Amino acid sequence: MTSHARRLPPASSLRAAIFAACAAVLAAAVPEAAGAQAPTEAETHATWLAIRGDVVGERPIVDGTGILAIEAPYRAHDAAVVPLDITAHLPDGKAVKALTIVIDENPSPVAATFTFGQRRADLALSTRVRINSYSFVRAIVEADDGTLYMSERYVKASGGCSAPALKDADQAFANLGKMKVRYPPPAEALATPAKLPGTAPAAGASRLVRAQIMIRHPNYSGLQMNQLTQLYIPARFVNDIEVSQGGDKLFAMEGGISLSEDPTIAFEFQSNGAGTLDVKAVDTDGEVFSGAFAIEPPPGGNG
Amino acid sequence: MRRVALAVAAFVVALAAVDAGAPAAAGDAAPLTVAEVAPGVFVHQAPYALIAPANRGDIANVGFVVGEAAVAVVDSGGSPAVGRALLAAIRARTDKPIRYVVNTHVHPDHLLGNEAFRGEGTAFVGHRKLARALAARAPFYLDQAARQLAPADAAGIELVPPDIAVDGMLRLDLGGRALVLEAHPTAHTDADLTVLDEATGTWFLGDLLFVGHLPTLDGSLTGWLAEMDRLAARQVAHVVPGHGPLDLGWPAALAPQRRYLERLAAGVRREIAAGRSIAQAAEEVGIEERDAWALFETFNPHNVTAAYQELEWE
Repeated sequence: MTSHARRLPPASSLRAAIFAACAAVLAAAVPEAAGAQAPTEAETHATWLAIRGDVVGERPIVDGTGILAIEAPYRAHDAAVVPLDITAHLPDGKAVKALTIVIDENPSPVAATFTFGQRRADLALSTRVRINSYSFVRAIVEADDGTLYMSERYVKASGGCSAPALKDADQAFANLGKMKVRYPPPAEALATPAKLPGTAPAAGASRLVRAQIMIRHPNYSGLQMNQLTQLYIPARFVNDIEVSQGGDKLFAMEGGISLSEDPTIAFEFQSNGAGTLDVKAVDTDGEVFSGAFAIEPPPGGNG
Repeated sequence: MRRVALAVAAFVVALAAVDAGAPAAAGDAAPLTVAEVAPGVFVHQAPYALIAPANRGDIANVGFVVGEAAVAVVDSGGSPAVGRALLAAIRARTDKPIRYVVNTHVHPDHLLGNEAFRGEGTAFVGHRKLARALAARAPFYLDQAARQLAPADAAGIELVPPDIAVDGMLRLDLGGRALVLEAHPTAHTDADLTVLDEATGTWFLGDLLFVGHLPTLDGSLTGWLAEMDRLAARQVAHVVPGHGPLDLGWPAALAPQRRYLERLAAGVRREIAAGRSIAQAAEEVGIEERDAWALFETFNPHNVTAAYQELEWE
């Protein structure tokens, strides 16, 4: 069901830059970490103001209240696996073009950026992230007219980027790249399907599908040190995921070390009648993992 | 009044500086209280707690076995201070050399005391996966110790990995007294090791057995449930859990843990099948067990999160 292939590794300068940035932040953080107080909400808001330019430049951001919501636990049970649920319904006939997740206090604040292939006013997407210290977690949605909307949640979690998430290291590499797609029943309607003006869905093809893509990968952050060798366990993480149905793009994701081990993305899309979901993932070693998964009808068989 | 306060503060700081720099000496600490579970087998039952300055890391059961020629220690506690207190308890009873310090698994409450036992002729023993697990987790554990322990107890902690790795089974000889060590497949963690004193049939199970304290999942839920079936089939005279009261009868002592872990698995599978998210499951699974365990609120949501990640691949 899944296959492996090698391709040329990405430019080594990019990896070196990421690694250097992380190592520098870690070196700076370590003396303060011992006994340091967690940042306050005011302090982490100040962090956002400092990094905002790098994330969205000078572009104005509209408060997402009533349009975009991000759910996250206030106090995380596991800082290395913090679930985020993001939903949106854009007004005025706009469509969701892109979603960026930012975790202000993480060494790598931009956790992931998604671009979407379908023109839809609605968004429902869930994933799991690492949170390194008490921080705002932000969802920024870009509409097709360029408008940026943002909502945020404050999450109390720490140590997620260096926490030992691997329960069984032998299993991690034995399973590397294995994929699974689940079709959870819609326990609650997370997004109201809306039809954009001018779009007539093809007969039998407008069914809303909720799918969860899962990939086995340790997603090493590069911030964990092997204490015996005093060397950092090298970063190796999934940085690219593309999902399509019958050749039509559903989403493409660029991600970093803030995504949890065994990255997983749950999302909603309109079925186009094609029976297959194609998933392709690439990690920073250039290893490619791909799979094709039958799109399942919902329980009850209601098309 | 202020001058007195400053003087006291200066004295405390000086004392902490001396303590932080001083080499471990058995005389530093009051000895841990231990019970003789069986002839020559001594165990300290720690309170149910999270590591905090007041308890100095004494939150996991630790013990030792005295042979004709030598002593073996089973787990060393949650800080070097606890390790020194355990050493004092040993020296109050015997001056035989400590030949082995065995760690039942990687968690810091069981092995941060190791450095108190470093010395000539003492070998550290663990599961073959322990060294790697410790290497991967070390920065996190050291950071956590700095946040959880008093500065004097956290300063300069060095993690001591095993010298001897156990794959399968290994016999250790204490002089006319054999300990049988067994490396287990992934259960509570991926480096679980048990210690059986053959002379008395006393079985140190480490955190493969929790009594009273909510079991914590950091390995494999399905692996732990399967391993418990194998453990239950053994005949032993006394069992020592990693947390909680000693010697409750075997396999009776396993029953509450089995019930909790089975409910955890069933509950998480139900949530996954019903399309509930990992966040929802953490709020909903295991509630019926809440009053049966210490530290339930702290660890149950964490267990559910770990179980969900494991079982959603089924």
